[in-house]
Amino acid sequence: MGDLRSSVQVPVTVLVNGRSYTVDVEPRLLLVHLLRDVLGLTGTHIGCDTSQCGACTVLVDGKAVKSCTMLAVQADGCSVTTIEGIGSVENLHPVQEGFWEKHGLQCGFCTPGVIMAAADLLRQHPNPTDEEIREGLEGVICRCTGYQNIVRAVRYAAERMQSADGEVEVAATAGLDRGEGSQGGATS
Amino acid sequence: MIPSAFTYERVHTVDEALASLAANPEAKLIAGGHSLLPLMKMRLAAPAALVDIQAIRNLHGVREVDGQVVIGALTTHAEISAHPVVRSLLPALAEAAAQIGDLQVRNRGTIGGNLAHADPSSDLPAVALAYNATLRGLSPAGEFALPADGFFLGPLTTAMPEGAVLTEIAFDVPPAGTQSVYQKVPHPASGYAVVGVAAVIGTDENGCFNYVRIGVTGAGDVAYRAVAAEAALMGQPPTDEAIQAAAGHAAEDGVMGEDLYASADYRAHLVQVHTARAIRRALP
Repeated sequence: MGDLRSSVQVPVTVLVNGRSYTVDVEPRLLLVHLLRDVLGLTGTHIGCDTSQCGACTVLVDGKAVKSCTMLAVQADGCSVTTIEGIGSVENLHPVQEGFWEKHGLQCGFCTPGVIMAAADLLRQHPNPTDEEIREGLEGVICRCTGYQNIVRAVRYAAERMQSADGEVEVAATAGLDRGEGSQGGATS
Repeated sequence: MIPSAFTYERVHTVDEALASLAANPEAKLIAGGHSLLPLMKMRLAAPAALVDIQAIRNLHGVREVDGQVVIGALTTHAEISAHPVVRSLLPALAEAAAQIGDLQVRNRGTIGGNLAHADPSSDLPAVALAYNATLRGLSPAGEFALPADGFFLGPLTTAMPEGAVLTEIAFDVPPAGTQSVYQKVPHPASGYAVVGVAAVIGTDENGCFNYVRIGVTGAGDVAYRAVAAEAALMGQPPTDEAIQAAAGHAAEDGVMGEDLYASADYRAHLVQVHTARAIRRALP
């Protein structure tokens, strides 16, 4: 890089998808690069790299953030959930199921970020109107679908999570709370 | 895009943050990082050191004290827009905070970072001006408390002392019976305010305006109070003519900016139109 300033590595401990990792990183390493290049979790995509497109969205302590706009060191002590951890093939997260049922994707590049953003949207608005879904997904850009089926997919997920069968929800978000209390994020 | 290398330190108290800034004049504070990191990635900013203040616990949260709502500098836009005290006592702040960036940005971006960064197209300066906010913090010389009116000096430039930490923002709760709104023209691509108008409006028993504070952001290099429009509206009846006439003065106290999207004339026009709309929306 030709940059002679400090590249002293610092230790970072993050809980990713329920598994704890401690790695030494350069302070300038972005969270998205930690996930993709260091931990090999390439489901989180890099689209614009300028905080616009949201393809890199992950949950940090349960809240959607753009991992291209957060340093790995800022995530020290946090719990991170990526698309690899939000559900499993056997037990899809309701949002993943919605994308499957309602054909919420075409090329799929933006999908991991959209699913993570939608998961946080449903945390904040468990029963959103279509308007709230569209506004909530303002921070993700999809160039294929025209968003129609994404909105249907999120609405499907909301209905699924509202229904008496809360089992899927509980299983899919387990692990999100484990890192809590370790880092100043949410207070009121 | 990768930022230039820097050293990183996480601090847990304001005193630690002050000491770190004093020890390294090239250090910058980072909270949510949503103003600073994009600049660093584009190499428009290359601080030699970052002092991470996110973990300073007592800078988070919203509390009500003696006719003011005091918000910790590290409180996020998402927390502010959802907070019941803000929603009931400072509705224009809740409205503005809910329109910043997008869901992910609001989860990380903080009120203190936003105001200290002083982006001329940021929403919150207009609201801080309209609610007569005071920005408080600690500098090497001791405590400071600066009124929002006079805090914003230019693009990315504020009256904060060197080496200081902004700790909290105290908003005056406007008099009972007043209404407040935030009215915004977002840039279609960036979502930043091309023009944003925050207005706190009160009327007397005859319906005439008896309380008016208007803050304008986005229009130029620096947010400003539309003092001429405020004065023109005071004492007037709530007629369309009076509102139009007063709003016609709303661009006079600012220097309109110009870019590819909006000329200075167009911005002045937007300021007038949206000041009028804000006043109408704030009528009981």
